Amino acid sequence: MKASPQEIASGLDVERIRADFPILRQQAHGHPLVYLDNAATSQKPKAVIDAIVRYYERDNANIHRGVHYLSQQATEEFEAARKAVQLFLHAARPSEIIFLRGATEAINLVAQTYGRVHVGAGDEVLITAMEHHSNIVPWQMLCDEKGAKLRVAPINDHGELILEEFERLLGPRTKIVAIGHVSNALGTINPIAKIIKMAHAKNVPVLVDGAQAVPHVAVNVQELDCDFYVFSSHKLYGPTGVGILYGKQALLEAMPPYQGGGDMISSVTFEKTTYNKVPHKFEAGTPDMSGAVGLRAAIEYLNKLGMENIAAHEHELLEYATQKVSAIPGVRIVGTAKEKAGVLSFVIEGVHPHDIGTILDQEGIAIRTGHHCAQPVMERFGIDATARASFALYNTKEEVDALLRGIKKVEEVFA
Amino acid sequence: MADLRDLYQEVILEHSKAPRNYRELKAADHKAEGFNPLCGDRFTVFLEMDGDSIKDIGFQGSGCAISKASASMMTQSLKGKTRKEAEELFNRFHGVVTGQSAENGDEPALGKLAVFSGVSEFPTRVKCATLAWHTLTAALEGTQEAISTE
Repeated sequence: MKASPQEIASGLDVERIRADFPILRQQAHGHPLVYLDNAATSQKPKAVIDAIVRYYERDNANIHRGVHYLSQQATEEFEAARKAVQLFLHAARPSEIIFLRGATEAINLVAQTYGRVHVGAGDEVLITAMEHHSNIVPWQMLCDEKGAKLRVAPINDHGELILEEFERLLGPRTKIVAIGHVSNALGTINPIAKIIKMAHAKNVPVLVDGAQAVPHVAVNVQELDCDFYVFSSHKLYGPTGVGILYGKQALLEAMPPYQGGGDMISSVTFEKTTYNKVPHKFEAGTPDMSGAVGLRAAIEYLNKLGMENIAAHEHELLEYATQKVSAIPGVRIVGTAKEKAGVLSFVIEGVHPHDIGTILDQEGIAIRTGHHCAQPVMERFGIDATARASFALYNTKEEVDALLRGIKKVEEVFA
Repeated sequence: MADLRDLYQEVILEHSKAPRNYRELKAADHKAEGFNPLCGDRFTVFLEMDGDSIKDIGFQGSGCAISKASASMMTQSLKGKTRKEAEELFNRFHGVVTGQSAENGDEPALGKLAVFSGVSEFPTRVKCATLAWHTLTAALEGTQEAISTE
């Protein structure tokens, strides 16, 4: 497959990049695999897989406690990963980076620590109508426990947040705002810098769910001035089982611990335990050390390619796919915000998304069908489900063309 | 390799586009709701019983072609059947769509429902084919809560 001139213009040599991802070399149902389910999880470059193997072959030991050589090695590797994440998010300090199991756990941590301290009866938590279930349910649980209210800022027919409504809902009882940077179901990029300013003007802290954003756009948490930012490694070409919570140092220090255990303490007696400093206070137990090392390798891989180049390439793919798909009669795109990243959700008249998914699968094309863990979004658009193609740095225009042929096939079967 | 035409047989496509007995039964004495949270399929099955026999049956809801056609053809095959016969038919149907029993000749009792045998080549679609049947079971048992495939 030759890279088209446009791809070279975007600065990415996609043909070479594809060779870095061993999983993409295979066939599915007798066709070359076309992987367009990247918003669910991305594939891993060999550099990430190799880093994990190298960690286990060379560096593995438990961190932060052993006096021996290997423990020192493993600790250095783990802390180097923290540093890599700090630089990736442009955080001020490595201690503001907490290693967790996923973005979901990171949101739960903030809800259960910061949230339980600051949200009381009659208070409000403000989210938006386009959140993933993982940025709804933890807040719902908190509100149920505290007798607080979950307020939901509405979106328009394009899938864009209605900013005036959002600002109106920011009230004297709002204790925290939790908002997705990029919508997983619609692809909408929220204007979070503006949103954070609005919230801060009323002294309300903001948690940004960046799970769908970090693979597509460069993030600078200091410029954004967000209070918390979370993401998952596995959507960023890194291994599963690792998630990141960024929090401003002063906020993290004031928060109570989340889980108790080893590594999160300074001293323990049966009468009293003194907690460790951040970030360790929030990292009870042995963390996913090889996963952290893998995430660092993923970040280094992305840095080499350049986030700007990746964003440009994916933007071009999305534009191309949007233009082609919307031209097919009977197909409707769900989520038509001006600012979008990575995601093309669509429905075909008279065909359930599940049937679309099965027919595309037979052509070797992997997409996601269903409600995308965003049932309220489906309800907002009056549908049960969508078919979702989501793009990554290794996807090509030829793959978009395969998707278009697949959609034609769907229409043939259901003609 | 599985063939799409084995799954999307003409009869199935036809039923999905024009489902039979697609109506609420005003005289229903049993009903149940079935839900597949994975794909959002949701059906309600209505039954009017005459003693131990199914006097009338209808369904409503939304779902993929397989689940809708399956519900439609289920209602056709169950009118006049007893509870026990309905249960037996579901067992046979289940065996065929999961590929646990052969469909050729061995299951003559399945009748038109044999068109669903192609589902066994598509494991992710078994739940679509059986959703209406699970909902029927719940309706017969008089289960109040919505049943779920998960």
